[in-house]
Amino acid sequence: MAYFLLRRTVGFVLTLLAVSVVVFAVMNVLPGDPPLTILGLDATDDALAALREQLGLNEPLLTRYISWVWNALHVDFGISHSFRVPVSTLIGERLPLTVSLAVAGMAVTLILALSLGIGAASKHRQVGDWGVMFLSQLGIAVPAFWLSMLLVLLFAVKLRWLPPGGFAGWSDPVAAMRSLVLPTVALALVQSAVLARVTRSSALEVMRQDFVRTARASGLSRRRVLWRHVLPNALVPIVTIVGMQFAALVTGTIVIENVFYLPGLGRLIFQSISNRDLPTVQALVMLFAAIVVTANFIVDLLYVVIDPRLKVRA
Amino acid sequence: MTRLFTTTALTLTLGLGLSSYAAADTLVIGLQQEPTSLDPTADATASIDGMLTMNVYESLTTVAENGEVLPNLATGWDVSDDGLTYTFNLAEGVTFHDGTEFDAQDVVFSFNRAMAEDSTNPSKGIFKPIASVTALDPQTVEIKLKEKDAFFLFNMGQGDSSIVAQESADTNNTDPVGTGPFKLDNWTRGDRLTLVKNADYRDADSVALDSVEFRFISDPAAATAAMMAEELDAFPGFPAPELLPQFEADPRFRVNVGSTEGEVILAMNNAKPPFDNIEVRRAVATAIDRDEIIEGAMYGQAVPIGSFYPPHGTAYVDLTGAYPHDTEKAEAMFEQAGVTGTTMTLRVPPFPYAMRSAEIIQAQLSDAGIDAKVENVEWGFWIDEVYKKKNYDMTIIAHTSPNDMGNFARGPDYFYGYDDAEFTTLWDAIQTEADPAKRDELLKQGQQYLSDQSVHGFLFQLPLLGVFRTGVKGYWASSPVLYMPLKGVSNEG
Repeated sequence: MAYFLLRRTVGFVLTLLAVSVVVFAVMNVLPGDPPLTILGLDATDDALAALREQLGLNEPLLTRYISWVWNALHVDFGISHSFRVPVSTLIGERLPLTVSLAVAGMAVTLILALSLGIGAASKHRQVGDWGVMFLSQLGIAVPAFWLSMLLVLLFAVKLRWLPPGGFAGWSDPVAAMRSLVLPTVALALVQSAVLARVTRSSALEVMRQDFVRTARASGLSRRRVLWRHVLPNALVPIVTIVGMQFAALVTGTIVIENVFYLPGLGRLIFQSISNRDLPTVQALVMLFAAIVVTANFIVDLLYVVIDPRLKVRA
Repeated sequence: MTRLFTTTALTLTLGLGLSSYAAADTLVIGLQQEPTSLDPTADATASIDGMLTMNVYESLTTVAENGEVLPNLATGWDVSDDGLTYTFNLAEGVTFHDGTEFDAQDVVFSFNRAMAEDSTNPSKGIFKPIASVTALDPQTVEIKLKEKDAFFLFNMGQGDSSIVAQESADTNNTDPVGTGPFKLDNWTRGDRLTLVKNADYRDADSVALDSVEFRFISDPAAATAAMMAEELDAFPGFPAPELLPQFEADPRFRVNVGSTEGEVILAMNNAKPPFDNIEVRRAVATAIDRDEIIEGAMYGQAVPIGSFYPPHGTAYVDLTGAYPHDTEKAEAMFEQAGVTGTTMTLRVPPFPYAMRSAEIIQAQLSDAGIDAKVENVEWGFWIDEVYKKKNYDMTIIAHTSPNDMGNFARGPDYFYGYDDAEFTTLWDAIQTEADPAKRDELLKQGQQYLSDQSVHGFLFQLPLLGVFRTGVKGYWASSPVLYMPLKGVSNEG
């Protein structure tokens, strides 16, 4: 186990290092000029030169990269070129929203997908099964932004139950939760469509096995067998998909945050790339990479918990 | 019963002639562009001016809706006979939002800051004619110019020349401190910015609104939904002309189609073959059909231009007939210039007006025998490859600054690649002509000259499309500058 953890930690650090090199290189190769983006088309040459100097863009690339790594090791991600405030401040402001959205989205996805998936499996080849399969097919086919617009038109414009977008922060929890309902649903509906299908097929496979028949024969109720014996044994593929989906969920917030004009990390990274705001992009990509790697790590740990046989291989 | 009560109440209110109905003293405004900084003297983002100039920050002068220059922090001024010395009298009893007094030293500080060697003012060029700024006494400032500048007073009324205080200048990017009728209440980056009325404002009685909230919504569909759900009272720069009919059909809303200073041009790289050949540029002008472009790209909501000057300006001449649309003639002209069948790139920035116009222009050029390849590029790419490195054949862009005919005098280093001593001389004359009537005459000559030279394809004036709830009054219909003063705006529910 200690060897496993060490191996994963080294992998984690190497991944982040590789990501940082790639982002740094890509952002510098990409056409763009941060001072010109900030000062616009009327800027004079000396104003552009002064800003270039202020932003430290005259230093050689390697020097800039090394000093970035050095500062990052000291948890200092620099000053945003376009916002002119520390990148950590920007991330701190926006993290709560994106995390709330991703966690709520994941929770709703799990509840919807597991109950629908198991339900469909238990009603195999009946109307309920076909219904779930049809709906999930629809969910996979529908793009998230289009679904979001439909939700807004119905619940915000027509019925006026919920706000069409925006997020004022957690200082007013009721307003904050109301703002998050539609984005969460939009995120979760699409994600749960995929997961419900995986859950169904995985559960069906387990249900065909001998121990399920034995459990039923020993007098356990259908329900109890489904939730206590089928679901736990069907979990390995489900957890794999959930791990991948969590990563997709974090990046999926980019679209959702734009449609619902939410001030989250997704919109920040989108804006920062357009502005060629290197320090902000660098820190955000690292953060996203760290989240994805961590999610994979947790999935690996969960495999061992779900199926102790995998421990030997780990 | 409720209805009877409402009617009675309404009658009473009207009968008593009360000016405030069930008036909402707040206004929620949607903006497409989200600012990253709140300092108009250090960042060119148009929405900084849109929200803050003349609302939070003030300048020596201000510009009215019709383009006239009016007193502001300077209550009046004298100009010496040689046109080189301006003496400004400053308003008395003015304080900044942090409580510090405003006086001549603040003006000196603001100008020295903008003119300094390490200044990053986005329009540093407008300070170039200034030789010195001196405080004669706390209420009087003298500005000496190196050369005459016809646009000096106009330029002093821009966000770039906002008067800021030494104590707060460095933190204005997050915590703006000015002398204006509104002060910053709260800014949630990426979501909203709130201003509240400045009770200490020298003309506080003329301010109708108690608070103003700006919400940042970039997606046109989301903007429409937010207006329809009545989350917003106004969207003064509505991003999608195709979505306007549904607001026009809705009695809750009023749609305004005004003008801006933005000339939309099909820029041609004059330094590069084949566009160094005037006949090719004229052929392009002949090949394009403005009416079709305006209909297709702007849903009919724009005024065509034949040169580089806004149709609402006092010196405007209509030159849209200079190269009548004639595909066959254009084809023959291309043939004669030997460019028929060649491929040209049309690199387009990510603005709806540009992307849509590009597709139509591509089809029109193709009819005339030219194969134009449209490349939609992202803004960072455009700024570097097209604007800075001049690596393009044709592009489409709106020039939104006022009085910007001088772009054609910026020489071969500017992305037009246009170098013409005759026009530069003409522009120098325009810039130094103090008499408005004579200046307008020269501006007319300028328009004629640029049209004759067919420097670019001149397409249309970028419209200002606004959607307002019917109770919102006092908004500018057109804008000769980048800002939108909220002092005279009210929301009658």
